[in-house]
Amino acid sequence: MKLALITLLPFLGAVFPVFSIRYGRNACAALAGAFTLAALVLLLGEAPAVYRGEVPAWGVDWLAPVGLRFSFFLDGLGLFFATLILGIGLLIILYARFYLDSRNPMGVFYTYLLLFQGAMVGIALSNNVLMMLVFWELTSLSSFLLIGYWRHLPEARQGARMALAVTGGGGLCLIAGMLLLGHIAGSYELGEILARGEVVKASPLYAPALVLILLGAFTKSAQFPFHFWLPHAMAAPTPVSAYLHSATMVKAGVFLLARLWPVLAGTDMWFMVVTPAGLVTMLVGAWIAIFKDDLKALLAFSTVSHLGLMVMLLGFGTHMAAVACAFHILNHATFKAPLFMSAGIVDHEAHTRDIRRLGGLVTLMPITATLALIAAASMAGIPLLNGFLSKEMMLEEASHTVFAGTTWLVPVLATLGALLSVAYSARFAVRTFLGPVRHDYPHHPHDPPFGMWLPVAVLVVPVIAIGILPMLAEPVITRTAMAIVGGPLPEFHLALWHGLTPALFMSLVAIAGGAALFAAFDPADRLRRSLPRPEAKRLFDSVIDALVAVCRRFIDASHTGSLQAYAGATIAAVVTVGLVAFFDAPHAAGERTPMPVNATAILAWILVLGATLAVITCHANRLLALVLTSVIGLVVSLSFLTLSAPDLALTQISVEVVTTILLLLALNLLPKQTAPEKGLGIHLRDGAVAIVAGLGIAGIAYAVMTRDFSTISDFHIAQSKPGGGGTNVVNVTLVDFRGYDTFGEIIVLGIAALTIFALLDNALRGAAARRLDAMRQGEEAKDAHPLILVVATRVLLPLALTVAVYIFLRGHNQPGGGFIAGLIVSIAFIMQYIASGYAFAAERARVNAQALIGAGVIIAGLTGIGSWFFDAPFLTSTFGHLHLPVIGDVELASAMGFDTGVFLTVIGAVMLSLSQIARVEQRAEREPVPEGPMDNRPQPVGGDAPALTATQGAAK
Amino acid sequence: MELTLAIAIGVLTGSGVWLILRPRTYQLVIGLSLLSYAVNLFIFAMGRLRVGAAPVLADGVTNPADYADPVPQALVLTAIVIGFATTALLLVVLLVSRGLTGSDHVDGRESR
Repeated sequence: MKLALITLLPFLGAVFPVFSIRYGRNACAALAGAFTLAALVLLLGEAPAVYRGEVPAWGVDWLAPVGLRFSFFLDGLGLFFATLILGIGLLIILYARFYLDSRNPMGVFYTYLLLFQGAMVGIALSNNVLMMLVFWELTSLSSFLLIGYWRHLPEARQGARMALAVTGGGGLCLIAGMLLLGHIAGSYELGEILARGEVVKASPLYAPALVLILLGAFTKSAQFPFHFWLPHAMAAPTPVSAYLHSATMVKAGVFLLARLWPVLAGTDMWFMVVTPAGLVTMLVGAWIAIFKDDLKALLAFSTVSHLGLMVMLLGFGTHMAAVACAFHILNHATFKAPLFMSAGIVDHEAHTRDIRRLGGLVTLMPITATLALIAAASMAGIPLLNGFLSKEMMLEEASHTVFAGTTWLVPVLATLGALLSVAYSARFAVRTFLGPVRHDYPHHPHDPPFGMWLPVAVLVVPVIAIGILPMLAEPVITRTAMAIVGGPLPEFHLALWHGLTPALFMSLVAIAGGAALFAAFDPADRLRRSLPRPEAKRLFDSVIDALVAVCRRFIDASHTGSLQAYAGATIAAVVTVGLVAFFDAPHAAGERTPMPVNATAILAWILVLGATLAVITCHANRLLALVLTSVIGLVVSLSFLTLSAPDLALTQISVEVVTTILLLLALNLLPKQTAPEKGLGIHLRDGAVAIVAGLGIAGIAYAVMTRDFSTISDFHIAQSKPGGGGTNVVNVTLVDFRGYDTFGEIIVLGIAALTIFALLDNALRGAAARRLDAMRQGEEAKDAHPLILVVATRVLLPLALTVAVYIFLRGHNQPGGGFIAGLIVSIAFIMQYIASGYAFAAERARVNAQALIGAGVIIAGLTGIGSWFFDAPFLTSTFGHLHLPVIGDVELASAMGFDTGVFLTVIGAVMLSLSQIARVEQRAEREPVPEGPMDNRPQPVGGDAPALTATQGAAK
Repeated sequence: MELTLAIAIGVLTGSGVWLILRPRTYQLVIGLSLLSYAVNLFIFAMGRLRVGAAPVLADGVTNPADYADPVPQALVLTAIVIGFATTALLLVVLLVSRGLTGSDHVDGRESR
């Protein structure tokens, strides 16, 4: 529990800085520091237990089925890292308070910093590799935010993007690697994985898992050839560089290798991959660092070099190398963070960090210079400072390492690396602080405020203390190294003097050689300029540009904006999937006795086939196509009638009527003819897709219909009367058994109608309306509203309504019901619109269609809720009988209320859609509403206008 | 009868697909109507074909073997009504699109 709290405290603290900044920058920094300090205190409270050899652990299940647990443990390695993260974090918070001036948004800075800190602590304490991955990604994201903190600077944005691309890409590899590792070990709990090293190393999946995990670690720790992002990340404010890019985040990769050392290390593959990667990184980083003029760039490449050193040590795979690595992690953090902070101070005071414009600062800013010189000497590996000790241990380990059969290769290259690091340390120290005082600094430098050099001083103390009294660090290093190797260590002592060892000799060579190289800087620089120098950023940019170009070409080719092509691709894909399934399963005709065919059926069949083929061949004539489609619809409804589905037949035929009216209305606003189409290729392709689709569906339909089957409808038939109170099983199913489904469907119906209303209401205004108006084919019927039609529809209206009520009431027991009745009522009203015109009918419509939709849905819903009052679930129905005169015995089920809702919604939806489309035709708002029995059309000059006036008069 | 219905469903499907792949909005609407006839008939046919066995219970007869399968019928019934709603919606979208772009091509512009 405490461990989770330690991890979560920084995250919790991240909430506050953005708010507390209004109480001043001190309050903001103090609050951020307080959370860090609290976490650090809690952590150190656990330290005694760890030093007694216990491993505190705590966890709860998070996503148990996938093996993700929210679990933490604290061993020597975790304690060591978490202490570094929180301890240095505290100093960085203090430093940043003075580094950032009032023009920089400090609250945001501390929020990002604490987010990062929490994520790092999470990595150090995670006991579950999946949870560790979550924190791992969080460090990549928060470092992206921190590098891009000065978002007005293009280099900051580019550096942040590059860092995210490289570390994020590595993170993806790491996820795959960790999943493999967990799969091999049979658990994602780190404690269990660490105990199964032998199983993992013997697995055939060891090699891919190792490569993927190494990719994650190497990208994070900027190992060659992924080292290029780190110098570009230096666009971040210096506190960030000091914290993330020297002391903590870049060490996450090293931490990961150390954490998984017992599981992964010790094989030939590990040695042959990790050692050379570290060695090459150490050399390349150090060589580049020598020639950098920007202080931060120099330090950045030196960090790359030191990370290479640590990785190389882990690659050696020996216990003593692990000790040396742990020791160097500690030492590097204590001297590199002060160096970064000093560089920041120099930049802050002199307004430049270009080494060519600096020099002689030791007299102007003595405190900073003294601290920086000590740290730089430690980086160079000068005796009596801690850097010397761990570097000598590294050389000692290198001197026994045999690589590819040669005994001299690794020792010589390691000495070369040490030599180069002496040279760049010397250049950093001498060119910045020593030499004569200059008079051309961009700003006259002096020592910064106390709060800015104090963190530097705090870290320089251990540099000297450990350097002189190495045994001080021994307990920490022992405990950490034991956690790395996962077992006891050979006897060792950290000491200043080990006698005349090869390592001492190598150190001396390195120091002398480094000094010589520094003295011969100009010839060395000429040598460097003559060598090929691949510019990593340009390469990276060109790779990214190439990727973007490939994607763009793909998008341009596939997203042509042609809906026809999209529909073709979609349908072709569906047909292909269907085809594969078709050949995978039996589809021959079944054994079921076929139904005999009669002459009427054949006639209907020929009619449908003929009409369908006519539609696709003559569809250029749109009115004809519409008529033919209605014929098909008519035959389909007759088929339903024949094949024992009277409800379907009734529904189909009424829908057919409204659909035809709808299409007729629309046709007036569309071209009457279809423009001829070009492209035989497209026709052949579409034809092939259509034929395969048709054959496939016909085949499936035939195969299914000729087989016997089992159905769930026995229940529906058996329960229809006793359970639902009706004998029309289809209607009872709709309003009772599957009432919830129907409820959803009427809502969809209502939404569709309201969408139509909204779309057209907008389209009726503005340019679209004018354009539609202009497109209307001018030709109009001479007699738009024939008197006979007007009279007939008026007479039919009450009849139709009566029929609808009858159909509705009997629906529960005989074919009928809310859907059909609603459609009939709609048709009766629509006929009024057709016969008398939109304006006339709209003026007389007493009920608003939107209100009908709303009322319908609400009534259906309330009927459903009603059953709650009887302790029954939503939409449970009950029923009784009512005897009405003339109509007879009426089943009065609560489902009737529900069906009323369906009925009203259908009327509302149909009326709203059709009347809106009709309104586009009519543009009713421009014409006055007539008082006569029908709309008054403007007549051609000299037409029969007087006759119309007479009719109007008669109507009055 | 099964064979004739299967052929009819196949022809309706093929014609519907063909029309849906054409470039004019009106063809698309007609194609969709044909396809929905085909789909409705197909779902209906999953309950197998019966003549004179409408699922309206006669007095006292509750033997399922005496009636056509009511469940596919209930499904198709709502599908027909929803089909109308979607056709209307599609049609309105196409009309408004023609108003906005001046073209009845599905892409909103004449093909190049």
